Amino acid sequence: MERLHVLICAGTGCTSSRSLEIVKKLEEVLPAYHLENEVKIVKTGCFGLCQKGPIMAIYPDKIFYSHVTVDDVDEIVKEHFYKGRPVTRLELTDIDEKTKEKIFDIDQIKFYSKQKRIALRNCGVINPEDIYEYIAKDGYQALGKALTEMTPQEVIDEILKSGLRGRGGGGFPTGRKWQFARNSESDEKYVICNADEGDPGAFMDRSILEGDPHAVLEAMAIAGYAIGAQTGYVYIRAEYPIAVERLKIAISQAKELGLLGNDIFGSGFNFDIEIRLGAGAFVCGEETALIASIEGKRGMPVPRPPFPAVRGVWGKPTIINNVETFANVAQIIYNGADWFTQIGTEGSKGTKVFALGGNVTNTGLVEVPMGTTLREVIYEIGGGCPNHKNFKAVQTGGPSGGCLTEESLDEPIDFDNLVRLGSMMGSGGMIVLDEDSCMVDVARFYMDFIVDESCGKCTPCRVGTKRLLELLNKICAGEGTLETLDELESLSNHIKETALCGLGQTAPNPVLSTMKMFRNEYIAHVLDKRCPAGVCKALLKYTIDPDKCKKCSLCTKQCPVGAISGQVGKTPFVIDPDKCIRCGACMASCRFGAIIRK
Amino acid sequence: MKSLADLQKIREQAQKRVNMREVGNEDYRVVVGMGTCGIAAGARVVLNAFMEGVNHDHLNVIVTQTGCMGSCTLEPMVDIYDKEGRKTTYIKMDAEKVAQVVESHLKNGRTLEMYTVNQR
Ligand SMILES: Cc1cc2nc3c(=O)[nH]c(=O)nc-3n(C[C@H](O)[C@H](O)[C@H](O)COP(=O)(O)O)c2cc1C
Repeated sequence: MERLHVLICAGTGCTSSRSLEIVKKLEEVLPAYHLENEVKIVKTGCFGLCQKGPIMAIYPDKIFYSHVTVDDVDEIVKEHFYKGRPVTRLELTDIDEKTKEKIFDIDQIKFYSKQKRIALRNCGVINPEDIYEYIAKDGYQALGKALTEMTPQEVIDEILKSGLRGRGGGGFPTGRKWQFARNSESDEKYVICNADEGDPGAFMDRSILEGDPHAVLEAMAIAGYAIGAQTGYVYIRAEYPIAVERLKIAISQAKELGLLGNDIFGSGFNFDIEIRLGAGAFVCGEETALIASIEGKRGMPVPRPPFPAVRGVWGKPTIINNVETFANVAQIIYNGADWFTQIGTEGSKGTKVFALGGNVTNTGLVEVPMGTTLREVIYEIGGGCPNHKNFKAVQTGGPSGGCLTEESLDEPIDFDNLVRLGSMMGSGGMIVLDEDSCMVDVARFYMDFIVDESCGKCTPCRVGTKRLLELLNKICAGEGTLETLDELESLSNHIKETALCGLGQTAPNPVLSTMKMFRNEYIAHVLDKRCPAGVCKALLKYTIDPDKCKKCSLCTKQCPVGAISGQVGKTPFVIDPDKCIRCGACMASCRFGAIIRK
Repeated sequence: MKSLADLQKIREQAQKRVNMREVGNEDYRVVVGMGTCGIAAGARVVLNAFMEGVNHDHLNVIVTQTGCMGSCTLEPMVDIYDKEGRKTTYIKMDAEKVAQVVESHLKNGRTLEMYTVNQR
C-alpha cells in the first residue's frame, strides 16, 4: 500500500545533474527496507528551482530536498522513509528576515511564495508520462466542456474575454487570431504549436512540454474545435529529446483513451496531432519560416500579409500559437474567463513564465502574475546577484529585446510597460547582469548570435547585421571612434526599417538599447580606450603594484610569453605591455593581490 | 471517450492515486511516531494498520510518520490532527486499537478517550 510519493525532477536540467541515477539508486535501496510497495517513485517535470537541483519532493510530508546526490539516497530511505526523520541538512529552506529563523514550509519559501502557477501548474506535481495523473488534475475537462457544452464561437468569445495574449513574444490577442482563422472559409484548417524556442537562455516551453505535455495537446484540440481544424502540428526542435519523447507518449495515450482521434466525447469532432521536428534554427520560430519548414522547404520567411490565419500551412488557414499560450487555454475554458481576468494588469492578463538566468542566485523557472515588479522577480524570487556584486542591468526579450537598469526595477512587468521602458517581454528569457558585465560585449554577444542565425534571404539582415558585428568588434578592440558609434546607430535604424521579417527587424534592438542606457560605457571604449567592466581584453592593462609585490617571481613562471621581468627578492616585478597578451595568468597566480587589471 | 461523464468517472479513480499530494484538504492527518523505540514497540504494524483502514474505507485522511515522539514508554504513539489543527494523542497502540480508532475517530469524529494520553 502506498504511503509516500517521492517526486523527482526528470526535466532536462535535473537529468543533467544525474537525477535519473538517483531514481535507480532508490529502486535498489527501497527493497532493502521492504519499502518498495509503500514508497512510490514519480518522475516529474521541472520544479523551477534548477539552481538547487536535483530536487526531490516527498508527499504527504511536503518536504523538499535540494542538491540531492546518489550518495544521499541511503540516508534518505533509512532516516526519512523508514524512521520518519527528515534529513534536515538536505531540506530546502529559507531564512525568515524578521526572526532569522529557518523556514521549512515550501509555501513560505520566497522562491515559491511570490509565484502563481497556471502554465506550470502541473510541472513538478504530476508524472507527465501518465495521462491518468493529468486527468486527476482536471485534465481534459476543458476539452469535454468545450465539445459538449459550448459552440466554437462561444469558445473563441471566452478566450477573447479572457484577454489572453500570445506568449511567444508578440503579445497578439489569442482570441482575435482564432477569430480570423474561424472566419476564413476553407475545407481544411490547421493548428500549429510553436515549440521552436530559439532564444538563447530560454527554456520555458521546453519545461512545460517536459512537465505537462497533455495541457498543450488539450488546448490544441480546443483550438481546432474553435476554428474548425482537424489536424494539429507541434513544431519542436530536435534538440529537445526529452520533450519530444514525452509528447509522443502523451499523444499515443490520448489517442488510446479517445481524447484525440475521431468523434471525441461523442461530439462528432475529430482531431489528430503530429510532431514535426525542427533542426534548431532561430528563424524557424518565426511563423512564416516555420510553416515553410513544416512543408519541407528551407526555413525562410515570406512577407505578411497574407497572415497564416488566412493562408498558412499547405496554403490553408492556420493558427500558430506558442506553447505557453496553449498552456493557459484549458485553464481559461475550465475556470472561465472571469477567473483569468482577475490575475494580471489592465492590458496583460494572467501570468508569465520566465527563465531566470545570468548573475542571479536562484537561476530557474518562475511564473508570476503580470504586474509583478522586476525587483520582486530578481531579488525576492531570484535572490539578487551572487557574491555580493552590484546589479547592473536585466536583459529581457532575448536577441530582439533590450536592457533595463536599476531605475526600472520597481516597474510592473507587462507587455506594454516593458515596451514603454525600452525593452520587451519577448518569450520569457530574463538575464540578470552584474557590475562585471560589459554592455558593449553583451550587445556583441547577441549580434554574434544573429549573424549565425540570419537565414540570408534579405540583404539588410544578411549583410547589415554582419556589418553591425564588425563595428562592435572594432569598438571592443579599442579601434572605435565617435563616428563608429554614429555608424552603429544609423545602420541599426536602417536594418530595423528594411529587414523582411521579425528577426532582422528586431536584431538591432540590443545594440540600440545598450547604447541608450549605457552610452557612457560606449564612450569609454572609443574615447578613453577603456572597458569599465574589465571584460574587453584588448582594452585591459595589467600592471604590478610595486608596494604589494613581494618579488617572489611566481607570476614570471606563469606568464606564457615572458612579459614579466624582475629579480627575485631584489626589485619589484614589471609587466611589459607590448609583450603582454592579457591572459590573466599572472593575476590568478599572485598570492598578494599585487597585480592590477584596469 | 464517449462522454464527459466517462471522463469524470476516470478522474475520480485517478484522483485516488494522487490524493496524497493534495496536502491541506484532508479531514484528518495521522502522524505515527517511528523513532527506533517506536519501531521496536511495533510502530510499523500500527502504521500499516492505519494505511489499511484508511484505504479500505476511502477516507480523506493522510497517514504519515515522524521520528521519536519523546515518551518511549508510551510508544507506539500516534497524533491525529483535525482540520483546525487540534491534536489528539493516542498511546500504546496496536493493530486492534487502530481498527477501533479508525472506526470511531476517523470515520465518525468521536475521540476514543480510553486510548488517549489523557487517560494514562
Ligand atoms: C526570429 C523570430 C523567432 C521567433 N521564435 C519564436 C519561438 O521560438 N517560439 C514562439 O512561440 N514564437 C516565436 N516567434 C513568434 C512567432 O512568429 C509567432 O508570433 C508566435 O509563435 C505566435 O504565437 P503566440 O501568439 O501564441 O505568441 C518568433 C518570431 C521571430 C521573428
